[in-house]
Amino acid sequence: MERNAEMRNEPALSLRVPTPRARPGDPVDFSHIKPPPAGAAPRPDIREEPGAMRDLAFTLVRVLNEEHEAVGPWDPRLGADLLRRGLEIMTLTRAYDDRMMRMQRQGKTSFYMKCTGEEAVAVAAALALDPGDMCFPTYRQQAFLIARGYPLVQMMNQIYSNAADPCKGRQLPVMYTSKKDGFFTISGNLGTQFPQAVGWAMASAYKGDRRIAVGYIGEGSTAEGDFHAALTFASVYRAPVILNVVNNQWAISSFQGFAAGDSAAFAARGIGYGVAALRVDGNDFLAVYAATRWAAERARANLGPTLIEMFTYRAAAHSTSDDPSRYRPAEEPQHWPLGDPIERLKNHLIARGEWSEAKQKTLEKDCVEQVRAAAKESEAIGTLGQSRPSAKTMFEDVYKEQDWRLRRQRQELGV
Amino acid sequence: MPAMNMIQALNSAMDVMLARDPDVLIFGEDVGYFGGVFRVTEGLQAKHGLTRCFDAPIAEGGIVAAAIGMGAYGLRPVIEIQFADYIYPAYDQLVSEAARLRYRSAGDFSAPITLRSPYGGGIFGGQTHSQSPEAIFTHVAGLKTVIPSNPYDAKGLLISAIEDDDPVIFFEPKRLYNGPFDGWHEKPVEPWAKSPLSDVPEGHYNVPLGKAAIARKGEDLTVLAYGTMVHVAIAAAEHAEVDAEVIDLRTLVPLDIETIAESVNRTGRCVVVHEATRTSGFGAELVALVQEHCFYRLEAPIERVTGWDTPYPHAFEWEYFPGPKRVGAAMRRVMGRT
Repeated sequence: MERNAEMRNEPALSLRVPTPRARPGDPVDFSHIKPPPAGAAPRPDIREEPGAMRDLAFTLVRVLNEEHEAVGPWDPRLGADLLRRGLEIMTLTRAYDDRMMRMQRQGKTSFYMKCTGEEAVAVAAALALDPGDMCFPTYRQQAFLIARGYPLVQMMNQIYSNAADPCKGRQLPVMYTSKKDGFFTISGNLGTQFPQAVGWAMASAYKGDRRIAVGYIGEGSTAEGDFHAALTFASVYRAPVILNVVNNQWAISSFQGFAAGDSAAFAARGIGYGVAALRVDGNDFLAVYAATRWAAERARANLGPTLIEMFTYRAAAHSTSDDPSRYRPAEEPQHWPLGDPIERLKNHLIARGEWSEAKQKTLEKDCVEQVRAAAKESEAIGTLGQSRPSAKTMFEDVYKEQDWRLRRQRQELGV
Repeated sequence: MPAMNMIQALNSAMDVMLARDPDVLIFGEDVGYFGGVFRVTEGLQAKHGLTRCFDAPIAEGGIVAAAIGMGAYGLRPVIEIQFADYIYPAYDQLVSEAARLRYRSAGDFSAPITLRSPYGGGIFGGQTHSQSPEAIFTHVAGLKTVIPSNPYDAKGLLISAIEDDDPVIFFEPKRLYNGPFDGWHEKPVEPWAKSPLSDVPEGHYNVPLGKAAIARKGEDLTVLAYGTMVHVAIAAAEHAEVDAEVIDLRTLVPLDIETIAESVNRTGRCVVVHEATRTSGFGAELVALVQEHCFYRLEAPIERVTGWDTPYPHAFEWEYFPGPKRVGAAMRRVMGRT
């Protein structure tokens, strides 16, 4: 046999660069997304070996069916009060996002990021976990912080970098922090905090604690080495951690194919590490709740980590610096086959006779009013540039104690 | 010649090189169809094809590593790291690999890659979109570091970087993309079109690596600057009423020591400026070199004006940014005026 491929007349190689199914001007194409019926996925016992539940990494755990009923083994059988609370927090988050987006457009702050369409991913998880459990969020889990009861006015103070900003004007808007509420300081770098969630969980195990950790990462950032470090450490030390991949289909302009999402489901990344893996309809509040609860029970029983792919859609722009109509069909969000998480939970409650369209309208108004009242309070302190902490604070917290350089630099600035 | 802003000039450099050399290709996060978050690669995929300018996974280490592999094959990859603040996952690939391939293989392999990345502050980007990490690259033997300050240089330097056979870190001052910025942040933004430096030839030309430019001639003292700080230094000279000679270094490594030494030996005074944090910044290297080359001609201690030794704080953009007032005050101190 000839050793030279050309002499064997083999075809020349060609470089593959993936392309999404639709660009601006093309018809929306979600034909490749074929959600299995609600209730179809089996729910294994939490003691099941990860190797015996591999199929759950390729399907979608879904609870809410087309008739808005909760069906199948993953139905968490939640009371109406808890569901109404989930609906309220999601609706409040959306009202908050809308207002802060407008404030950025009016020049009252430099930057904002919405989580529209992804509210359930954070809210259902927050309600399924214990208050002491620790969250390592990305910049799109503001709803988790709201679900923990963190005051909207404090969030706005951070957005405005004003004199009452808990981050003392140091961080870009939306990079919240609250240790008290189990919400780790958001860095803004991608993927970096995923393995830190594992480390926190290892510490909890080391101390014989009962608290667990939950980490978030975007599907795009699973390409970072930190994602793989998180899974390796979680697997090696059987860390009590829930690792959520929020697959919202788009990383700025890059569709999930640029994270190899069209080659294999993100949940399936867990299989290679021997980590239990679930793929969940992220717009189904009940499915997110049930999957989180299942993973939390496993973690608390010392059975180790779970990787959950939250399959959802980024309905809004990446940030106020982004314009998605430049890279995807403008009407794509309206056609997402898994719907909207608020609509779906609302319809479920209505189907159960526990809610009505009129009550939803009232709730929406109340949420807008709550946000407006918080904004009034925060804006009275000041928006970006009108109010801020004392300039000398910019030299604090670099170290626990200032060395001579920082003292001299502060004097040089005259503050 | 068409007036180009820095984005258009950089785009033109890559357009020219894609057309001239089939071994040049471009990749990075969002650079393909979308054309980059700052639009620097806009239209290049449509014009030159899907495999000549394409998106990459969000893995900065992977982007650099893939570029090294392509370079080993014989290509000339031009890669973008979306913000310099995101470059750290690629540090191992740059320091342990790209910088040393030629040395450790005794010339058997090399990494002819160009890494473009927007850097610097002035856009209220907070600590993750404002950093100036040039010194952690100038410290590494085997890497070249280039920082343009205007559209004409940006295009000519980028073409030289792509044609260079060694790895080049090419930092683009993002505050200068759309117009010159002299640090007087309350003034309205000026477009590049008003500056002669926006006269950019459409075709191929080089601005050589390792050659500084005199951005402002002067007799009183010498300012060593690069990127945005070139414009700040010129504004500071007017503000402080000092006849400063402002040297635009353009390339930090290799450094044009002749131009620096000639100027400082003539003026006898020197101010070094950069946006990056002070401690172990590139300014420390410049101060050391100036005292090595010009000690007997110096008439005053050399001053450094830099960012403070803190992360870049969102609400204190203009306290952090070493603007014309601070640079001007240093000039006056060096002149013995207060």
